Amino acid sequence: MQTECVECGAELTVPEDVMQGEILPCPECGADLEVITVAPLVVELAPTEMEDWGE
Amino acid sequence: MPDERLSVSVVGASGYVGGELLRLLLAHPGVTLRQITSERHAGRFAHQVHPHLRGQTTLRFTNRAALEPCDVLFLAMPHGETQAAIAHYATLAPRLIDLSADFRLRDPARYAAAYGQPHAAPGWLDRFVYGLPEINRAALSETAYASGVGCNATATILALWALVQGGLIDRAQPVIVDLKVGSSEAGNTPTAASHHPARSGVVRPFQLTGHRHEAEVRQAFASGGELDVRLAVTSVEMVRGVSAAVHVSLPPGLADRDLWSCYRAAWKDAPFVRVVHERDGLHRHPEPRLLAGTNYADVGWEYDPASGRAVLLCAIDNLGKGAAGSAVQCLNLMCGFEESTALSFGGLYP
Repeated sequence: MQTECVECGAELTVPEDVMQGEILPCPECGADLEVITVAPLVVELAPTEMEDWGE
Repeated sequence: MPDERLSVSVVGASGYVGGELLRLLLAHPGVTLRQITSERHAGRFAHQVHPHLRGQTTLRFTNRAALEPCDVLFLAMPHGETQAAIAHYATLAPRLIDLSADFRLRDPARYAAAYGQPHAAPGWLDRFVYGLPEINRAALSETAYASGVGCNATATILALWALVQGGLIDRAQPVIVDLKVGSSEAGNTPTAASHHPARSGVVRPFQLTGHRHEAEVRQAFASGGELDVRLAVTSVEMVRGVSAAVHVSLPPGLADRDLWSCYRAAWKDAPFVRVVHERDGLHRHPEPRLLAGTNYADVGWEYDPASGRAVLLCAIDNLGKGAAGSAVQCLNLMCGFEESTALSFGGLYP
């Protein structure tokens, strides 16, 4: 299945057996994408904790 | 790839750029390194000057006067020396690749303004193609003469290229480029400034206005009108590497995806430019340390939609993509080799 990264627009190839709630990393921008629904395939940015880079 | 190995020689092979060039050429499957010259080190083995080449070659440095004809001649002499004898070198090889600053600029007046003296062979300037394959691939495939690139100019051009091509840079604004550079940019001749107690640990602003590489950058973008680029260079604690941060304002209403679109359009077919723009993690932006010894240029950005401010980034190895790597890439294009031949090293981590 194909979809698009909601962060950067990169094309994503998603496994046919993908599950709701699964986290998929975008190969281009590295964003973690959460599968919201499988049919239709909808992904959103997964919630992340902000980092402070140790500063 | 051509059927037989091409013979190549390097004039001025004892500097840091020369050493990097020798390393790359010795691993190139399509060429045989025939002669290397150094007036200072004539008679010595290559590895006595470049210790990382021990076991790679038994070539010795010769004088320039001993040069024989070859298929491709690389010229890696200090700025000003190639132009003084360019007609002679052209008799030695049908293809020339000059790594100095002598043939980067097309306009003799622009050269004189940037380098403070008239060019010694102005009639040769427009015979050379500017040797940055990422912006001149087609022309380099058809030329016999390629120029070198300035390392700081390379980082700046590649940082800006995608958004200029995408029409997002307003040329009315001054484009301010903050460059952090390593010590190898200064070459291998010791000076008071490079003495270890004086150099180690510095964050030393050394040229914040009027850098001569500005002329190269302006020339690269001249087809769309004048771009007011200003370079500010600071030496930092690093041996190899350039990190460029280009400060610009973008038109209102853009989203990060619009910048992604420009970068993809600009670099999707460029084997040595990688877009590094990640949301999190340590390595979300380009970093020169990861590129030492490679021909890669990593580009990225940080963008604030609220203010329209963006900082466009590029990291390179000044001796690689900023000099010898691009020169070998030019060789590949000029001679029909696959573009990435001998340039596939991906770097080290940590």
